[in-house]
Amino acid sequence: MTIKVLAIDDSRTIRSLVRKVMEDAGFHCVCAEDGVEGVNRFAEESPDIVITDINMPNMDGFGVINTIRGGTTNRMVPILVLTTESADHLKARAREAGATGWIVKPFDDETIVSLVRRVTGARG
Amino acid sequence: MSTLNSIRDTFFEECEDLMADLADGLAKMQSGSADPETVNAVFRAVHSVKGGAGAFSLTELVAFSHQFETVLDELRSDRLKLQPELMFTLLRSADHLTVLIEAARDGVDVDAVVTQNSAAALRIWLKPSSDAADAPASASESFSFAAVTLDFGAFDQLNDTPNEPELKHYEIAFQPTATLFSNGHEPALLFGELSRLGTVSSTIDLGELPAWEEFDTTVPFMKWTLKLASTAEIDQVRAVFEFVDGLCKLNIVVAPMPVDQEALQFEASLPPAPAPLPMRQAVAEPIAPVPEKPSPAVKAASVSPQISDQHGPKPTLRVELDRVDRLINAVGELIINQAMIAQRVNEMPVTTDSEVVTYVEDYRLLARDIQEAVMAIRAQPVKPLFQRMSRIVREAADATGKSAQLLAFGEEIEVDKTVIERLADPLTHMIRNAVDHGLESPEDRIKAGKEACGTIRLSAAHRSGRVIISIKDDGAGLNRPKILKIAKDKGLIPQDADLVEADIDSLLFQPGFSTAQKVSNLSGRGVGLDVVRTAVTALGGRVAINSVPGQGTEFTISLPLTLAVMDGMVVSVRGQTMIAPISSIVETIRPALSEVHSVGPSSKYLSILGEFIPIIDVAASLGIAPNTSPSDPPLLLLVESENQSQCALIVDEVHDQRQVVIKGLEHNYRSVQGVSAATVLGNGQIALILDLDAIAFQRSAPEAPAEASPLTKGA
Repeated sequence: MTIKVLAIDDSRTIRSLVRKVMEDAGFHCVCAEDGVEGVNRFAEESPDIVITDINMPNMDGFGVINTIRGGTTNRMVPILVLTTESADHLKARAREAGATGWIVKPFDDETIVSLVRRVTGARG
Repeated sequence: MSTLNSIRDTFFEECEDLMADLADGLAKMQSGSADPETVNAVFRAVHSVKGGAGAFSLTELVAFSHQFETVLDELRSDRLKLQPELMFTLLRSADHLTVLIEAARDGVDVDAVVTQNSAAALRIWLKPSSDAADAPASASESFSFAAVTLDFGAFDQLNDTPNEPELKHYEIAFQPTATLFSNGHEPALLFGELSRLGTVSSTIDLGELPAWEEFDTTVPFMKWTLKLASTAEIDQVRAVFEFVDGLCKLNIVVAPMPVDQEALQFEASLPPAPAPLPMRQAVAEPIAPVPEKPSPAVKAASVSPQISDQHGPKPTLRVELDRVDRLINAVGELIINQAMIAQRVNEMPVTTDSEVVTYVEDYRLLARDIQEAVMAIRAQPVKPLFQRMSRIVREAADATGKSAQLLAFGEEIEVDKTVIERLADPLTHMIRNAVDHGLESPEDRIKAGKEACGTIRLSAAHRSGRVIISIKDDGAGLNRPKILKIAKDKGLIPQDADLVEADIDSLLFQPGFSTAQKVSNLSGRGVGLDVVRTAVTALGGRVAINSVPGQGTEFTISLPLTLAVMDGMVVSVRGQTMIAPISSIVETIRPALSEVHSVGPSSKYLSILGEFIPIIDVAASLGIAPNTSPSDPPLLLLVESENQSQCALIVDEVHDQRQVVIKGLEHNYRSVQGVSAATVLGNGQIALILDLDAIAFQRSAPEAPAEASPLTKGA
């Protein structure tokens, strides 16, 4: 079964990059441009994993996590947070909000793919 | 690789949008109309630049945007108050960020000192009352984020290269909380990850398993003891649990030297054996029941997300320009095809109320609708272009020691994308000129009773199917005596020439004219306004000057809305069908013989309302062999050139007025003097579109050999 990834980021560049890396790894990837579109796509697509940015218009990454974790379906889905900050307080905040893990930008292909495999249990 | 390149292109495209957002937000902040969301948006713009730049290892860009972002973060979290000096720094930083982005895109270097200075200007705002001691700290901070990445790659490497011979034995006590599960973790996956480091054996402690009737699926009750034999360091073992830190009781110890061989052997010999419950007392150590603090995730579940639809941008679709151009081309063909059908139907013996005529009319309207819709795809607001100009004004003001501000109007006006792109250079030049030549020094301005800070008004507006862009300064106005003197000194006009104001002004557009006394590093780059005029004319546009001494100078550029179609007058010249752009035509007249005056053997003038207007034979200036001589008195097209001077062109017949699809000549043949493009008429005939300005301008060199001979051979 192909893993379906939902990537939420307001940066077109990052969306394109994540999509490319995911597709190169053989995953299926759908994208959303902000938190609101993200949670809508989440409901429509039932992805196996969510990768979300923190700083976004309309609804930020924490809002996305809260909405998914507070929902009724698929609420235990792994959620990885994309962040340029390596600051521990942000990681702690993401974890408290319910993030499964985080990816520090700039990321390399292998890191993000192995991370996705790791939290979804997909075979490499 | 090409995908990566295209993402790189995406990044730079996105940067343009981000810089526009940034300029927008900063403008609002400057005008005091910023709300917290504005500052957030500004922060996000810089943040996104940094994020994307990081992906492409554009380290300078990353470092600077990080510094910029840090200041903006202080600002949005109210640790820093917006003040004029800070606003100034932010504007300058945005300018420098643009420079860095463009340099990264074009693969050129930016003077590191400039970047350092810009970064230093930002850093000043980061030390609240403390001394310089924290400067190194902030410097190191700017690198730390780039350096930190996760090391999962290292694990693989470790497995591949077992050159660290020392096998260690870890004992890991692991008890998840409910939050661990609700955060999307799965213990089995963690164990799997652990097994990548070495050999793992696990035992589960179900001692806390409640009675069936008390079973609560939301409360975890399992504990594990894991044994890991691995060459990995303890930090690598901890890293496996990085994400669940705080979500579980975790105790990792390196087992004492006597290796617990039993456990390993046991594991080997008895694969799925029921693990001996209580495995070790140490594991069952009084792990205090994990305080079940309600996870914020669950707590916040009822909190509705802050959705603000009104801020949401309109949904857009990004399409490659090639595809749009293909569509435009096809629509152009469609319009031609429609015209051909309409013409054939007209020639058929059908009555005007017949069905086919109705259908053809419907077809015409539909084709027109499609064409307008397609043209709208290429239309873009001038706003990004205008926003760039405020930076130009700041730079120019800096370089000349003047004080200037730019006011922009009509930013929402939309123009063809190509027009916008090709307008950037001429506009930049004119804006620089306005600051450099137009505005006076602050001292002179005060003496003249003006504000020390000069104002450049940049505006866009629609006027009769064209776009008018005006650049207006409130400076001293054109110094006409000086212009006249320079033109005479340079031999552009005879010493005894006596010119009216409009003609003096238009001297500025003459090649080789430059009023700068000294070559300033701004305007004096060897290009003058003639380059501006050439660029604008190439777009089918016109430039005009209007200046009032003491009050300022206004340059007006008039441009077509699109480059793909134009309204033209169909005329015939010695049997050739040609198109004259309507935008230049004032009127068509057949004068009385008494109004045409001959001056010398070849020059004729039309006297109209007391003015003398030169008459030019289009056929002669295009070098078409005159097999018939023009009727007498000739039929004249009165046209106006960009400097508002008029001339009358001789044509043989004027047919009708219609919209024509412009087909480039250079692309299909080559550039021909006096002809700007071609089109295909309804009957399939090719007609040349006249470059009226060039034809009118040619009169200064009337005896030039007509080397545009292709026309004599053609058609």
